[in-house]
Amino acid sequence: MAPTAETHANDHTVRSFDAELDRLSNTVVRAGGLVEAQLAAALQALVKRDAALAAEVSAKDNEVDALDQEIQDHAVRLLALRQPVAEDLRHIVGALRIAGDLERIGDYAANVARRSLVVNQSPPVKAITALARMARLAQEIVKDVLDAYVERDVDRAIVVWRRDEELDALHTSLFQELVSYMMEDSRNITACSHLMFIAKNLERIGDHATNIAETVHYLALGRPLRAARPKGAEVPTEPSSGPESPT
Amino acid sequence: MKDEQHSESAQEHAYPETTAGKPTVEDNAKVSARGANVYYGEKQAIKNVSLDVGAHEVTAFIGPSGCGKSTFLRALNRMNDTIDICRVTGDFRLDGEDIYDRKVDVVQLRARVGMVFQKPNPFPKSIFENVAYGPRIHGLVAHKSELDEIVHTSLERAGLLGEVKDRLDTPGTGLSGGQQQRLCIARAIAVSPEVILMDEPCSALDPIATAKIEELIDELRENYTIVIVTHSMQQAARVSQRTAFFHLGNLVEMGDTETIFTNPEHKLTQGYITGRFG
Repeated sequence: MAPTAETHANDHTVRSFDAELDRLSNTVVRAGGLVEAQLAAALQALVKRDAALAAEVSAKDNEVDALDQEIQDHAVRLLALRQPVAEDLRHIVGALRIAGDLERIGDYAANVARRSLVVNQSPPVKAITALARMARLAQEIVKDVLDAYVERDVDRAIVVWRRDEELDALHTSLFQELVSYMMEDSRNITACSHLMFIAKNLERIGDHATNIAETVHYLALGRPLRAARPKGAEVPTEPSSGPESPT
Repeated sequence: MKDEQHSESAQEHAYPETTAGKPTVEDNAKVSARGANVYYGEKQAIKNVSLDVGAHEVTAFIGPSGCGKSTFLRALNRMNDTIDICRVTGDFRLDGEDIYDRKVDVVQLRARVGMVFQKPNPFPKSIFENVAYGPRIHGLVAHKSELDEIVHTSLERAGLLGEVKDRLDTPGTGLSGGQQQRLCIARAIAVSPEVILMDEPCSALDPIATAKIEELIDELRENYTIVIVTHSMQQAARVSQRTAFFHLGNLVEMGDTETIFTNPEHKLTQGYITGRFG
């Protein structure tokens, strides 16, 4: 039966497909909420020197991983069984990508929590204020990009995508600040080097939020964000491997 | 969120002034239609359709039943001429020549633009005769040996020779459905057409036979231009380079198959291919 303006609904003829797509989105949103909470708790553990909270965040990372796995399984099942096209396909591929980014953000949050335990062994460093500012921005960016996903709001996603530059700039200046503290007093080196990695983690969280913003754009419009991607932090010598990788 | 995305367009159900996407090609048009209309009596089955079929490409026509895709396909080799109440207007060209010109010999046209139907329809003759029939009536062969060669080559190209070479004198109707359809393709190829029109060629076949036909379509593209009408969107996605979406006699959208199936422009296309109506 050919559709008319009245009968052409937004729902699939096969209703269960709509239900499955909604469930997939809901799982992504749930994972996003959990990651936001993990990040907030990790940063609180750092600022408040709360070891118990840090341990809790570290332990809870499993839940983020489990949700990521759930999204992957569900998405693969939908791809196999429904052979989605067009916006449905983008919806599912988008969920897959975002799940990956959220899982990484979760890892970085857990890593921040674990490092906070080490940082707390040393006396407080002044740079913690600048770090807290960077942390607030990272949290805002993550929150905004998740809202953009929920609302399929491309404009908001683009705003987030641009804000990553601010985060990169903060990272660059914090890096220099930490270097100067270490030069001032070698007793600061342990704490400051961990803070450096924490700053790097926050900077990477911004990059993953940027990825999510790009995915939201693709989901909604079916084409990639074309403009030049915000550059990574311009840190003179980037730690290339080892300790900064979240485990 | 989904609702919002759909309702953002107030013209959701409006037909575009012109077809969305890219209905024409730059320089390799094999078949072209401009301002095409087809009427069955009072009823207009095709409304002002303009499109190009690129040479050596597979073009898929999709759309819900009654959208006009088969009607349009049949207009391309004047199969509609056989229907009394059918009237065709507009400009149809094959290699730039007017298909509906008074001087055009329809039999010759149909030799250049062959057709394969939904239901395999071999003649009640031997496999050999099914393929030999066309070249013989078109006077394409002088000797028996030439005819043998055409029959063999055609069966080979249709991917059937291996399965039937020992029983060319047995009835074509004794083959399986999938084999019969490949026999019909061999029969179409035997008169060396330039374009092959396929009207739901796999709808009566099982998935394996369908896969063989699809593989064949892909190979045939090298030598022929193919237009396929299909109800299976997956099939259109698998075999074609360009896809045209018809709805209620309008060509709503046409473009690269990849674009149509990942990011269609028109809401109706999106609705149809994602199974939101049909």
